[in-house]
Amino acid sequence: MKILVPVKRVVDYNVKVRVKSDQSGVDIANVKMSMNPFDEIAVEEATRLKEKGVAAEVIAVSCGVAQCQETLRTAMAIGADRAALVQTDADLQPLAVAKLLKALVDKEQPQLVILGKQAIDDDANQTGQMLAALLGWPQATFASKVELEDGKAKVTREVDGGLETLSLTLPAIVTTDLRLNEPRYVTLPNIMKAKKKQLDTLTPEDLGVDVAPRLKTLNVSEPPARSAGIFVPDVATLVDKLKNEAKVI
Amino acid sequence: MTILVIAEHDNANLKAATLNTIAAAQKIGGEIHVLVAGSSAHAVAEQAAKAAGVAKVLLADALQMADSLAENVSAQVLQIANAYSHILFPATASGKNVAPRVAAKLDVAQISDIIGVESPDIFHRPIYAGNAIATVQSADAIKVITVRTTGFDAVAAEGGSAAVESITAVADSGLSSFVGREVAKSDRPELAGAAVVVSGGRGIGSAENFKLLEPLADKLGAALGASRAAVDAGYAPNDWQVGQTGKIVAPQLYVAIGISGAIQHLAGMKDSKAIVAINKDTEAPIFGVADYGLVADLFTAVPELASQL
Repeated sequence: MKILVPVKRVVDYNVKVRVKSDQSGVDIANVKMSMNPFDEIAVEEATRLKEKGVAAEVIAVSCGVAQCQETLRTAMAIGADRAALVQTDADLQPLAVAKLLKALVDKEQPQLVILGKQAIDDDANQTGQMLAALLGWPQATFASKVELEDGKAKVTREVDGGLETLSLTLPAIVTTDLRLNEPRYVTLPNIMKAKKKQLDTLTPEDLGVDVAPRLKTLNVSEPPARSAGIFVPDVATLVDKLKNEAKVI
Repeated sequence: MTILVIAEHDNANLKAATLNTIAAAQKIGGEIHVLVAGSSAHAVAEQAAKAAGVAKVLLADALQMADSLAENVSAQVLQIANAYSHILFPATASGKNVAPRVAAKLDVAQISDIIGVESPDIFHRPIYAGNAIATVQSADAIKVITVRTTGFDAVAAEGGSAAVESITAVADSGLSSFVGREVAKSDRPELAGAAVVVSGGRGIGSAENFKLLEPLADKLGAALGASRAAVDAGYAPNDWQVGQTGKIVAPQLYVAIGISGAIQHLAGMKDSKAIVAINKDTEAPIFGVADYGLVADLFTAVPELASQL
């Protein structure tokens, strides 16, 4: 079975972004970029399924600027066999990405697509579900456990209040939650090997997809700042402040 | 303009998140309908009909709606979607699961986690773990939106008298089936809606030590939360996690104990009215957002705090 894993290049999760002074967006020039953490988990899961002999091939794909190639090389260093980049400088929103991915799925015919549950830049949490809808496939979002057997995927999901388990008919879409696995560190030999793996580049036009953004961002502002707090010397003062100053207890 | 709100429920009770979502619908303005898709969910429909501001409740009652499978619920919403200008889901695990499926089928962009309504087509939403607020405008004919429940005060659960209308449930998709559920048992208030939240982090040290927070939570009538570090270390269950990828809370009082305050954690709690941090590291970033910071060993400070309340 083939597994397709979409990955996104995002601002590294440790970076605290700043809003541009003209409020047109956040300043991501000269900021460290990395693979979206949920996508690393997705690549790791696909690689493990391959190591178990369940999957035959893992294909990593990304949509965006030329530098996304680095993200795809990382995916191949973790264990993806080959990669494809849909290269464009356009501002890609989840619906456009889902359409590009659908075109890639139609081309590659995977039985399973594993995505991250959300990207930590736009925090949308949409692409996997949208791709499932466009393909007419079942979905299991926020997965913390995935088992493949007899043409079905048994997936445990993290939901409000606990866990639930679903059985999906393949082909299917799975999106990863944090606790699905712990992604491995990429080793230097694997980084070197990844450089030799196949990386195809296409454009949205090749795939016949219109990627024009549907949502217009009017402005981006700083969240309201909290007024500076104080240190209290002991528990008694804390209780007094909460009762008489903040009046929350 | 007519707005459709998708009810969150467990087939017996309407979840509070629905009331916050109705409040967001009121800000948009227009007639508000609520869809209850469930199995033997008449009681839920009756509760939704009593919510303030609701004009009509649509009930799709069938066995295949019992477990809120995304495939079935999205098909149910799509069946009636064209009658509406806005379709609103609470931004809960369930709403986030279904809403993008509906949007993609309608070929519209979905707007995630709105925290403010400027006009019927302009909304505010946080990006980059809440470090920036984007104002976005939708040109789509039908706006599919998920509503961050902490961004809107819930409407009154009583006082309304909407009519309940049964609609035909769509057939089972056959693509997915429900296998089972493990519900974390808790007698405490629900984390997302609690007025007080007591959260523990890696500093707590073990699952055993987490019990140390219980007397304090009991005294405050608080829900218990946790940082990702505490959840990953196995000190606390997954669904206690507060943060960008866990629950977003905005209680009256948030007590962070042994939590350093990573960006991802702050994203889930920095809209709390008052924040108390107890940590022995003076440099911990949590003190940057805390109204009251106490630099102390939590193993002495927490029992002392509980005893003084």
